[in-house]
Amino acid sequence: MITRRNFVALGASAVLTSGLGARMVLAKAATERRFVFIIQRGAADGLGTLAPLGDPAFAGQRGVLAQDFASAPRLDSLFALHPAMTNLHSLYQAKQALFVHAVASPYRERSHFDGQNVLETGGSSAYALKDGWLNRLLSLLPADDRAIALAATIPMALRGSVEVASYAPSALPDASDDLLARVSAMYREDSQLHAIWEQAIATRMLTSDLASDNGRNAAATGSLAARLLSAEGGARIAMIETGGWDTHAQQRGRLAGQLKGLDAMVGAVRQGLGPLWSETILVVATEFGRTVKVNGTQGTDHGTGALAMLMGGAVNGGRVVADWPGLGDAALYEGRDLRPTTGLDTLINSAVASHFDLLPTRTAQKLFPDMKSAGVLKDLVRA
Amino acid sequence: MAKASIALNRFGLGARPGEAPGIDPERWLLAQFDAYEARPQAVAGLASSHQIASELTDYLREVRVLRREKRRNAAAQPEMETEPAMRGWAMQPMPEPQDRVDDPVARARRIARQQARDHYAAAVSARALTALNAPAPFVERLVHFWANHFAVSADKLEMIGLAGSLEFEAVRPHVLGKFGDMLHAVERHPAMLVYLDQAQSVGPNSALGQTAGRRGQKAGLNENLAREILELHTLGVRTGYSQADVTEFARAMTGWTIAGLGRGRGAAYADAGQPGNFVFATRMHEPGTRTILDRSWPQQGEAQAAAVLDLLATHPATARHVATKLARHFAGDEPPPALVGRLETAFLRSGGDLPAVYRVLVEAPECWAPQPVKFKSPWEWTISALRGLGSQQLPPMAMNGLMTQLGQPVWKPGSPAGWDDMAASWAGPDAVMRRVEAAERLAQRTRDTVDARQRAAELMPEALSESSAQSIARAESPAQGVALMLVAPEFMRR
Repeated sequence: MITRRNFVALGASAVLTSGLGARMVLAKAATERRFVFIIQRGAADGLGTLAPLGDPAFAGQRGVLAQDFASAPRLDSLFALHPAMTNLHSLYQAKQALFVHAVASPYRERSHFDGQNVLETGGSSAYALKDGWLNRLLSLLPADDRAIALAATIPMALRGSVEVASYAPSALPDASDDLLARVSAMYREDSQLHAIWEQAIATRMLTSDLASDNGRNAAATGSLAARLLSAEGGARIAMIETGGWDTHAQQRGRLAGQLKGLDAMVGAVRQGLGPLWSETILVVATEFGRTVKVNGTQGTDHGTGALAMLMGGAVNGGRVVADWPGLGDAALYEGRDLRPTTGLDTLINSAVASHFDLLPTRTAQKLFPDMKSAGVLKDLVRA
Repeated sequence: MAKASIALNRFGLGARPGEAPGIDPERWLLAQFDAYEARPQAVAGLASSHQIASELTDYLREVRVLRREKRRNAAAQPEMETEPAMRGWAMQPMPEPQDRVDDPVARARRIARQQARDHYAAAVSARALTALNAPAPFVERLVHFWANHFAVSADKLEMIGLAGSLEFEAVRPHVLGKFGDMLHAVERHPAMLVYLDQAQSVGPNSALGQTAGRRGQKAGLNENLAREILELHTLGVRTGYSQADVTEFARAMTGWTIAGLGRGRGAAYADAGQPGNFVFATRMHEPGTRTILDRSWPQQGEAQAAAVLDLLATHPATARHVATKLARHFAGDEPPPALVGRLETAFLRSGGDLPAVYRVLVEAPECWAPQPVKFKSPWEWTISALRGLGSQQLPPMAMNGLMTQLGQPVWKPGSPAGWDDMAASWAGPDAVMRRVEAAERLAQRTRDTVDARQRAAELMPEALSESSAQSIARAESPAQGVALMLVAPEFMRR
């Protein structure tokens, strides 16, 4: 059986590619910092999440979908937040939530799968890179900053040369310790299963007391993430996958429920992290946005410009960052989509670099090697 | 690995005790084209998509009546049109809707959900029993392959009961026929028309679209199915079609709907015949000539989209897409280019005749590589484990729960792309841990009737490593030996 002691040793040896420079920087970096990436699979509707009520074209373009915002809290003269997101609204008022609108990855087509691949690999076109930017980020952090995916399998963003763990609550009874030990022996010579199995055992040691908390809803997932991030020797980076954002039809009710779930998840992360919340940022992003106009079935189709969110005690929030392109027909991208004005890669890169006190040029080179605009969004994170 | 082991495990679903391909494994595989049963006993007993659609139609009608009454009673609160939206979160089961006990709409929905879940459970069970007892496991694997290629996901209420019927009614009958016939059957099947929102798509200039427009009502185009046909079912992503092609194809597809299950404005015009019937609703169809893939399509009515499907079915990009996926499934995550090329040629030369394509697979040296080429998906692993233990029956619901725990709930990939066919998707720490947990549980059920030392050799002829054999032999009990056999590296792969 693997022991707690050699689990820590394993963690230290797991990072193979840390550059020497990064280590130097990180020696004085705040290694207590936590980072959570929440992916919205299916192209979440940014205009339905944070609505530009002040845009004169909004109501006309959005028709029935604009109705949700009749009583929605206004964040500033232009934007209103969907009323289902009460936790996020409180965070915004506490200056711990920041929204960036009209963002997009470099991807400009409309396939979920290609779009997610670009978002997760950090490349400029689908399948150009073989590993994920979150995994490459790990290689810039101290070796004991571990990562975990809250999913039964490892999503693309976390795949790569640095070993990461995955965890999702299981309803199966735990296998006996004796069987686990024998499986360890049987996998010792297997190049693929050996590493996977060591991670599984290590994660089990951290989470065995969580197995009964079987995460039936988004809030439970948030609490679980918080517990995994709080554990001594546990993960510092987590990724949570959410699906169900592809709202082609009857969008209003579905999106409201999705947003409520996301809001509950974020609330639970905050509560679960307690004082560590001040060391944490959460980034929420989706592969692309949805069409500005409502389609024939009260839904929206695949679009371009989207919304990204930053939350956390470390976020310099309470504002919406948007170089707003407008929603008039002439302003739309390809005549149908919100025109992107900010690069999602720029946003993530800026957030990550300042959060972990790394040089943005260095993180950009590593995480988003094809990034065209070298721009940096300043002051996303509190110093 | 002996060729017998490859035939049983890589091409098939894993051996059953006593099953052996004989001295000519290739011939054993090809002979299965004659042994295959398109409608095995377990499937024949299931409710058809017509029956399931009838129940849904009754439910939708009832809800409409109840809502009308409710509106009359003024004090009504707004009801959500579809399932509560917190579905699709990566790892949670769907939460129960918050019913108010006194709400008749909620009660009707609860009953409809239960009905749908019963159909789903019966269908999962039938799929598993068929896989356990099939006389043609190679062809069954191909059925699973195609069902995943044309994936639907049992997420929304209408889909829970219908999802499985697509595989039984549109894939099974055509798995040994022409690709084009399968394509036509799939795209006309109620499960697909509902899942990808086609049933409610209305041409803006159709009779219905114009009437709705004059009244200021919403009725319009939905591009979902048209896009996924091009991107996933036929040509494949990045093969040269444009957004304009998608929209034009969506216009050509308008009118393709189903009796009884349409929503919105179109529902009234798609009421012809038995619920679940494919209907071409002329009043929803966008009139005029379409331009798709640089060709003009002057056909009228249903024939327009059908003609496009015909072109797509035998298009070189489709041949390449299908060839790549088949090669990946049988010869490894990185499909060997030469094999892809030969499959592509066979597809094009035969006009998409699937047995001609499968023959290339059986004859391909790439598919007989002696080292394992694939990490089994949870479904593949579970079926091979149950077959290996000689299971012929299953406790009801057992398969359902197990597949959910192993991360691959049946017909619930959550996306029209289906489940990914790559090791990276399945070989994760938590996933492997769960297999070990499941293996222990399955092994305990054998009640020490299986000698894993002999069984392992029988299931994986000349394939077991010395170290695995030793681990199995040194197990502390027969059941533990079985558990170790089921998670041996050689059993995790094929």
